[in-house]
Amino acid sequence: MTSEVIASTSSKARQLNAEEIAEIEHEMTLYPDKKAVGLEALKIVQKHQGWVSDESLLGIAKYLDLPAADLEGVATFFNLVFRQPVGDNVILFCDSVSCWIMGCENMKSHIKDTLGIDYGETTEDGKFTLIPVPCLGDCDRAPVMMVGEELHRNLTPDSIDEIVKNVRSK
Amino acid sequence: MAKIVIDGVDYEVNPDNNLLQECLSQGLDLPYFCWHPCMGSVGACRQCAVIQYRDEDDDKGMLVMACMTPPTDGMIISIEDEQAKSFRSNVIESLMISHPHDCPVCEEGGECHLQDMTLMSGHNYRRYDKEKVTHRNQYLGPFIGHEMNRCITCYRCVRYYDDYAGGTDLSAQASHHHVYFGRHEEGVLESEFSGNLVEVCPTGVFTDRTFSENYTRKWDLQTAPSICTGCAVGCNTTPGERYGTLRRITNRYNSDVNGYFLCDRGRFGYGYSSSDQRFADPLQRKNETAEIMDDSAVQSMLDGFSSENTSVTTIGIGSPRASTEANYALRCLVGADNFFSGMSDEEFESANLILQLNKDKAFHSPSIREIEQADAILIVGEDVTNTAPRIALALRQSVRNKAMELADQSRIPRWQDAAVRELAQHDRSPLSILSGYKTRLDDVADDEIIDSIPRLASFAQAIAGSLSGKAEQIQVEDGQVAAVEKIAEQLKSAKRPLVIAGSSQGAELIKAAANIARALGESRADGAIDLCLLTPEVNSMGMAMLSTEENSLGAALEKLRSGEASKVVIVENDLYRRAPHGLVDEALEKAEQCLVIDQLPTATTAKADFVLPCTAFAEQESSYINYEGRAQLSFQVHRNHARAKSSWQWLSAATEEGIESLMHDCADAVPGLAKLCEILPDKSQFVGGMKVPRQSHRYSGRTAMKSHLGVHEPKQAVDSQSVMSFSMEGISSQKDASILASSWSPQWNSNQSISKFQSEVNGELKQGHTGKLVMERNAEGAYLEVSVSEDSSAELQLSRAHQIFGSDELSSRSSVIKQRMVGSYLGISEEDARSKRIRQGDSIAIVGVEASLSACIRSSIKNGSAVIYCDETMDSHSLPRSINISKSNNEVQTGIKGLIISDLMDEDN
Repeated sequence: MTSEVIASTSSKARQLNAEEIAEIEHEMTLYPDKKAVGLEALKIVQKHQGWVSDESLLGIAKYLDLPAADLEGVATFFNLVFRQPVGDNVILFCDSVSCWIMGCENMKSHIKDTLGIDYGETTEDGKFTLIPVPCLGDCDRAPVMMVGEELHRNLTPDSIDEIVKNVRSK
Repeated sequence: MAKIVIDGVDYEVNPDNNLLQECLSQGLDLPYFCWHPCMGSVGACRQCAVIQYRDEDDDKGMLVMACMTPPTDGMIISIEDEQAKSFRSNVIESLMISHPHDCPVCEEGGECHLQDMTLMSGHNYRRYDKEKVTHRNQYLGPFIGHEMNRCITCYRCVRYYDDYAGGTDLSAQASHHHVYFGRHEEGVLESEFSGNLVEVCPTGVFTDRTFSENYTRKWDLQTAPSICTGCAVGCNTTPGERYGTLRRITNRYNSDVNGYFLCDRGRFGYGYSSSDQRFADPLQRKNETAEIMDDSAVQSMLDGFSSENTSVTTIGIGSPRASTEANYALRCLVGADNFFSGMSDEEFESANLILQLNKDKAFHSPSIREIEQADAILIVGEDVTNTAPRIALALRQSVRNKAMELADQSRIPRWQDAAVRELAQHDRSPLSILSGYKTRLDDVADDEIIDSIPRLASFAQAIAGSLSGKAEQIQVEDGQVAAVEKIAEQLKSAKRPLVIAGSSQGAELIKAAANIARALGESRADGAIDLCLLTPEVNSMGMAMLSTEENSLGAALEKLRSGEASKVVIVENDLYRRAPHGLVDEALEKAEQCLVIDQLPTATTAKADFVLPCTAFAEQESSYINYEGRAQLSFQVHRNHARAKSSWQWLSAATEEGIESLMHDCADAVPGLAKLCEILPDKSQFVGGMKVPRQSHRYSGRTAMKSHLGVHEPKQAVDSQSVMSFSMEGISSQKDASILASSWSPQWNSNQSISKFQSEVNGELKQGHTGKLVMERNAEGAYLEVSVSEDSSAELQLSRAHQIFGSDELSSRSSVIKQRMVGSYLGISEEDARSKRIRQGDSIAIVGVEASLSACIRSSIKNGSAVIYCDETMDSHSLPRSINISKSNNEVQTGIKGLIISDLMDEDN
């Protein structure tokens, strides 16, 4: 009778790199409890890796000595912790009230036509991932979206083309 | 007490509890999901909304959540108000939006809290016709099934599994309508208490896989109140039977013992009772074959063993896994002088010591309810999670008493679960563990002293010395003195300190633990000290009370070997698990006639001249005595359709009279068991010839069940011996909780109906106490001499490990339990492993002992000590106290895959 493999998942953990560890160590000085560092560590790893793979999540869990299940709970609670690979540039597209009034639906179809992706999808060249977001806090200049770290306001089909072109040419 | 008005009626309620709890205590119907009697309130589900009025002139009122509201004097509330009713109905409609319409194929159907609450809230028709959210289910191991689509996100599962039971591998994931309760990835749920999820989940998300495989609706199960035979705690259970086999085991509420929860050994370890290996007929060995014996042959064979009919000496060997009656009937057959302990000699020595300490008035043996009240705990050498699992779950509540104290100081009600946890953070009441290795309670332990057994004994003696002010007794390394003083001080300053020890590591640690408790008692003026002494098996205590101290198993084997006795009757015992194999072989070969009564084939039955089949725990009425000295009666659930009888029926002449006369004889004959008969039901409560039905009033299909044999429904079997009947007819006991198999109340079909039977929520059952503490505590004791000498003849000092799945003989023969078992292993330190060039999982040989074990390299283990777990095949009683090891080329069969310990070194180390 063979026994089931039980949670020996730590062997699948990715060894965090020196930069990640240095940043996580810094966060640990700011909180009294390691559990509180979990979210920051996820953000740090995402910054370096683009997303949080199972192996990375287990690596963090091992490093901080937190249960992987708890960390998974944190990681999946926040929509912007990516548990799947994303493109080089994540488009956070606001589809909330103000942007909707200002015609964001047309902008969205334009993105869809231009890039060939819908919400949650990544372009074949791996450049863009499109994700909806409820508000970016810039309603007076709606419609808005973020591409990577940059906020783009008063979107028009033309400005979208320009943004895409600029990103592509980088 | 606070006086409040609910819907125009005055009630007196306890202001320390929340309003929901008090409504339920008053017998009122108020729906709820996220609240659980053991887990306090978080206000997550919004189902228990009531209207609270400012004063008598207020006719509007405001909605409050009853579970989050403390009752105050003069409070006026309404459950029946239309606004409250419509709010509750809307809440449940929203909760149910993605709930599937699969009640007919759901295991929970018919005993589902969600069904009950839906009806109670008046949400009868669904309006939502859009797409439902669906989830992927996970494989969670052989015990628990997962059906996430049924989830209504009440969060009870994680609050139980993580917060209450200390599990770490189940979590709430994602957010809003995607909330998911599961593991990080598929795999076995690690907690030893995972089975309670089945009862904690208000609907069918977590299901009992053993039940699903042989599914029967709750109302079609034949049940009776039973006692778990998995360990010495004696949890109260309700096994359910249909078509002649057990289908599942559920918890049976007992306010002193198990409360609402069981361990997974107890819940899932019953499969052996329907094993096809069970003996069906009396057998006689003739040369190499076994022949079936007829009844008259059996009778004359039994007569031949009776002390009255034979001139040669017949000895009887009892068993700690057999009932008090089985052991007593054997003792009557062979005579008290010829009745021998069926425990290993080391265990018997410990059991006798525990028996003696259980009569000592300096100590009190705490029930689980009392263990939960401890605010400083010291465990001396016992791996409680693996030897008496339910107590480990209780200890996880004891360490929260610090949080309760902080809550009281901050005037936060104790039932405000999230607030109290937030307030306390990592503050816990001190739990100190002395052990040979890291145990499963290490995450809640304040101090862990990990060392060899003799050194733990001297550490424990040092604590006793510190408490009693005998400095000469403090003989530990300089670095450990501070730890000794700290633990002593924690125990001394606690309101209710608790010392736990057990027979796992031999008698010396028990003596040292008793010395600590005695010294503690002398330093305080408030009566007996809680000293919880654990024996390994369901009736170790009863067995020890029935045999004299000289009548050890070793003495019995010697009597057979020397020819002083030539016949032996062995009851429900495999001697190869109890004594060195060589000694058993020799004794059984020498015996002229050997009769073994047991359920399943063992190495011992293979050597027997006669084998009589005996009934499994649920097929017989019998009593057991737990670690506290609590005698409890276990009723027969169903009949065994083969020729098996209970051991006491085979051995006692008075078989037709039932268990009563035997128990009365036993109570008269055995010192210390005088109160045994007080656990028998009071027959005067039964009128009109009516008994307590084992079948529910909704039991169906009695004709259909046997229609493949004939269309006429056969007469139901008559139980002439019990107060219970194999029938739906009769009347449930209104006066005796020990005959209450399961609870049901109109509108309450789930296990939550128990609140209708409690004097108040979490209180004693209305029908009274079950079980009886039989020990009299009137002896004056003294400090005990503790031997702390090491056996330095070999390199590694041994301590013993036990496994919740594997160490108990019977449950380990169930197929689902086998899936969780590991092979024999030897836990060693990293350095000792390196010096022998042993890597994780390698096969190890012990010099001079025939055995092959897996290496289990653990970071916690001290150099020079080792912990051994012996599976059932190993000749574990031949092992010396210290051993030399080497790497072996033999292949290990099972290995340590699946072992759940926190300090296992990674394989690449």
